[in-house]
Amino acid sequence: MTAVPDQGTPTWAKAPSPKPRDLAPTHPTNGLFIGGEFVDPADGGSFTTVEPATGERLAEVALATTPDVDRAVKAARRAFRRWSSRPAAERGRYLFRIARIIQERSRELAVLESIDNGKPIRETRDVDLPLVAAHFFHHAGWADKLAWAGLGPNPRPLGVAGQIIPWNFPLLMLSWKIAPALACGNTVVLKPAETTPLTALAFAEICQQADLPAGVVNIVTGAGDTGRALVEHPGVDKIAFTGSTEVGKAIARAVAGTAKKLTLELGGKAANVVFDDAPVDEAVEGIVNGIFFNQGHVCCAGSRLLVQESVHDPVVARLQRRLGTLRLGDPLDKNTDIGAVNSAEQLERITELVAAGEAEGAVPWQPDCRLPERGWWHAPTIFTGVAQSHRVAREEIFGPVLSVLTFRTPDEAVAKANNTTYGLSAGVWTEKGSRILWMAERLRAGVVWANTFNRFDPASPFGGYKESGFGREGGRQGLASYLDAGAVG
Amino acid sequence: MVRRPAARPVRGGERLEVRKTYKLYVGGAFPRSESGRSYEVLDGRGRLLANAARASRKDARDAVVAARKAGPAWSGATAYNRGQVLYRVAEVLEGRADQFAAEVATAEGLTAARARRAVEATVDRWVWYAGWADKFAQVGGSANPVAGPYFNFSVPEPTGVVAVLAPQGSSLLGLCSVLAPVMVGGNSCVVVASEARPLPAVTLAEVLATSDVPGGTVNVLTGRTAELAPVLADHLDVNGLDLTGVAGDAALAADLEARAAENTKRLHRAPGAEPDWTAAPDGPHRILTWCETKTVWHPVGT
Amino acid sequence: MTVAATSIGTPGDLVSATASDSALRRFLHGLPGVDQVGAEARVGNLATRSIKAEAKRWALDLAVRTIDLTTLEGADTPGKVRSLCAKAIQPDPDDRTCQSVAAVCVYPDLVAVASQALAGSGVAVASVATAFPSGRARLDVKLTDVAGAVEAGADEIDMVVDRGAFLAGRYGEVLDEIRQVKGACGPAHLKVILETGELATLDNVRRASWLAMAGGADFIKTSTGKVTPAATLPVALVMLEAVRDFADLTGTEVGVKVAGGIRSAKDALRYLVVVHETAGAEWLRPERFRFGASSLLNDVLMQRAKQRTGRYHSPDRVTID
Repeated sequence: MTAVPDQGTPTWAKAPSPKPRDLAPTHPTNGLFIGGEFVDPADGGSFTTVEPATGERLAEVALATTPDVDRAVKAARRAFRRWSSRPAAERGRYLFRIARIIQERSRELAVLESIDNGKPIRETRDVDLPLVAAHFFHHAGWADKLAWAGLGPNPRPLGVAGQIIPWNFPLLMLSWKIAPALACGNTVVLKPAETTPLTALAFAEICQQADLPAGVVNIVTGAGDTGRALVEHPGVDKIAFTGSTEVGKAIARAVAGTAKKLTLELGGKAANVVFDDAPVDEAVEGIVNGIFFNQGHVCCAGSRLLVQESVHDPVVARLQRRLGTLRLGDPLDKNTDIGAVNSAEQLERITELVAAGEAEGAVPWQPDCRLPERGWWHAPTIFTGVAQSHRVAREEIFGPVLSVLTFRTPDEAVAKANNTTYGLSAGVWTEKGSRILWMAERLRAGVVWANTFNRFDPASPFGGYKESGFGREGGRQGLASYLDAGAVG
Repeated sequence: MVRRPAARPVRGGERLEVRKTYKLYVGGAFPRSESGRSYEVLDGRGRLLANAARASRKDARDAVVAARKAGPAWSGATAYNRGQVLYRVAEVLEGRADQFAAEVATAEGLTAARARRAVEATVDRWVWYAGWADKFAQVGGSANPVAGPYFNFSVPEPTGVVAVLAPQGSSLLGLCSVLAPVMVGGNSCVVVASEARPLPAVTLAEVLATSDVPGGTVNVLTGRTAELAPVLADHLDVNGLDLTGVAGDAALAADLEARAAENTKRLHRAPGAEPDWTAAPDGPHRILTWCETKTVWHPVGT
Repeated sequence: MTVAATSIGTPGDLVSATASDSALRRFLHGLPGVDQVGAEARVGNLATRSIKAEAKRWALDLAVRTIDLTTLEGADTPGKVRSLCAKAIQPDPDDRTCQSVAAVCVYPDLVAVASQALAGSGVAVASVATAFPSGRARLDVKLTDVAGAVEAGADEIDMVVDRGAFLAGRYGEVLDEIRQVKGACGPAHLKVILETGELATLDNVRRASWLAMAGGADFIKTSTGKVTPAATLPVALVMLEAVRDFADLTGTEVGVKVAGGIRSAKDALRYLVVVHETAGAEWLRPERFRFGASSLLNDVLMQRAKQRTGRYHSPDRVTID
């Protein structure tokens, strides 16, 4: 028998296959997108966005301060009058155009997203970008059908929406925010995350290519202070935020007593419940997809594996074997499964919580996996012997770290799954139909994936219970976040 | 110092009336405030009507515990069953219409005819919301055509425990207009009755207690809104907060909203002024305010 | 690491499972279910693996080495079989480094011809038997069929399971027949064709895989090639999971053969990726994995030539046999 090449890594079939990064040229400097143009910030400040896989500088990006935010909100306000009074079909047509341009430029955007975020090109290419285009396409069709959405006979746009998005799915979160807002007749000022601003700026170019009227979409780059200026701006009618629960609560306090409408999509600590009659091979795939997709930088990640005690050992053993086939490394390599952690700060948080898990007595396990020397990386990690009281079972880690807990009965599974302040998502794996529905009914989470995990679709409402936030994104229900349905009392 | 009712000697042969003690309604029972406190409730002309219980922080806490405990039974009841229970509330209320009309008239200073109309509108409102019980999920839910081999549907589910600051003006119609939609969705709740006009709320509690509403589903507190509302707004086991009862008090509303942020409570914000409750409700909007949309995915295969 | 140990059972369970019809039913229906959509998603994901350069050259060579070059037509003649055997021994006349295929697969009456043509080449003779492809004959006829093929020089026997008995739930009957055929094979290796296109569900594929392995199969094989659908990636995935778990449980490594409808090198590489990431590198050799194919070989040869010369090849440059 001929020797299997590359036997050192168990993945001969995955020889490096990088995408040429020049598919997505980055500009050395980047302005703010206000009133349809790229403009310099008022006080000339900027910040650096770096490539997580190497730690190297990618580009300088303008830092928006209060005057810039004010300028953007005013541009959005000016645009709102015409945008909201245009024929609705016309709004839809712009969104269709945007969807098509995203499809046309999807490879470039996928590469740019991988470089700026650190996530594998396989995911940006096969998950993020198709969903981004689909989100615009879906909402484009809603624009002239809002009266039939069942939200009231004469739904009206809210006005100027201030939108703040996180770094884990930069362009996808942008689409979740901008597509419904525009379809419903609002104009927007969007702030991308400070570590991943580049695809939002590429999207600004797409708005120009689509001839979207000036001021309908404005993009202000910056960090927390920029976001705060946007939240506190009196000219904003609606705040939509996706990010940490801590910041979400601060935003809720900031809009208290104002007329601003608010929707929040915050953290999670989802339970992925595996019964002894689960389709075990697919369950293992679901567990892997649930926690190691996007390096675990997913608010709805299945970070708590609740496995029936009678099958704990074989499920964990299968999981460990499967983890041995995951390939970590260059995000631009088409065969990479696990990319870079987005930032040094995030890596520090993951490392800190993993250390806490060990200190509290949980047992960590990692596959044999070499981490690149430059950049920020974390090996996929499984904690067994985790108790409900451990920090790794309670706190959102937002990294490739799975905590394994056990249960004995369906009631106990539900009790443990719901024993969290979060309520974004949950998973259940069993071949018994009535048990699936029983579980789905009792799990207090906005999305329940039964015999699957981490599926998304523009037609499917997404959002949390409890401290995972309120409001939905996607589907008919998601439109309510951007419309005044004319409620009384 | 309040004006006392003019002493009127009992004439010979006339029966001495048995007055009612107005207490709290918590966990299906009618306790006094654990604090032992009460406050004087006056009629429209400033005459004493009763000493109502003045609920304390601990009463509010107990009411939240009772509401949480009642959650599974009420939210687990079938929609048809919830609809029947709400309809039963309307039936029992109708049977006691005279009593309510008298209480509303004295509480709100209305003419007998207007009070009567308010009670009739209240009965109608319960009937209207009772009819929604097995329909709002069809209106608020959906089957979602996702791009893949998955069955995907969304249903509205109760938010959990809702704290309701009842309208200050409309002591029965307003109260029921905010309470019924909370109940229809399957939530349990803690209601802070109108501070100055709490007596119809306590009598309503007697209706609820005899209408197959499981104990603890609705808990009624009487007392100072400004004292109780912050406790409920702060409470981490309360999921939603209806601020209708602080209409017009922007500062208090803002304070309560900020407190509610700590566990991202769902809010119904305070209107600028108390709405006209005789107007028709806005579809199922208020029901859905106290619902969470749950979306379930399942593969379709053999 | 005996990963399957407690989710499938213990080696003792498997032994006792074959003791009676009802025990066998309990065992097979106690196997974990397969979620079709999840299995399809998994192979869909693996299909995006990109294989380049050295890994691709190696994989294309492996594809050649694992092919059972097959002709199973009513019109087969000794001339056709001899031509195929020549191709099997020396697939690419322009590239003497190209290794032979694993086997030539023919009907029993042509085994002698193939055996003579392949003598000393190292290429095995495989023969379908047991009333291929339907399997609808009396057991004694099937056993005679097998014995005749072995006698004529077949190194490998590809039998078909009785799908009728399997679908009717007569698992004991299916098992017994496999055991008897295994006995009739003598020294020849037994490949058990499940005809997954007729089993319809992936749950059935998993059960039939275990049934065949319990009966003594050296290989489990997807299809006859006469029924649509033939081999598919999800079916291969489930069968590879079965051989992996069987090896965990018993220590015996059973091979997998995918047959029918695999025509392009690209398809072949996708199967090899699934083999590697499911059963592991141990299965990446002709003793553990086979392609049952005819036209596949030429496409693989063209891709090999492309890798060697840097030019896309013309079908005129590969032989039609």
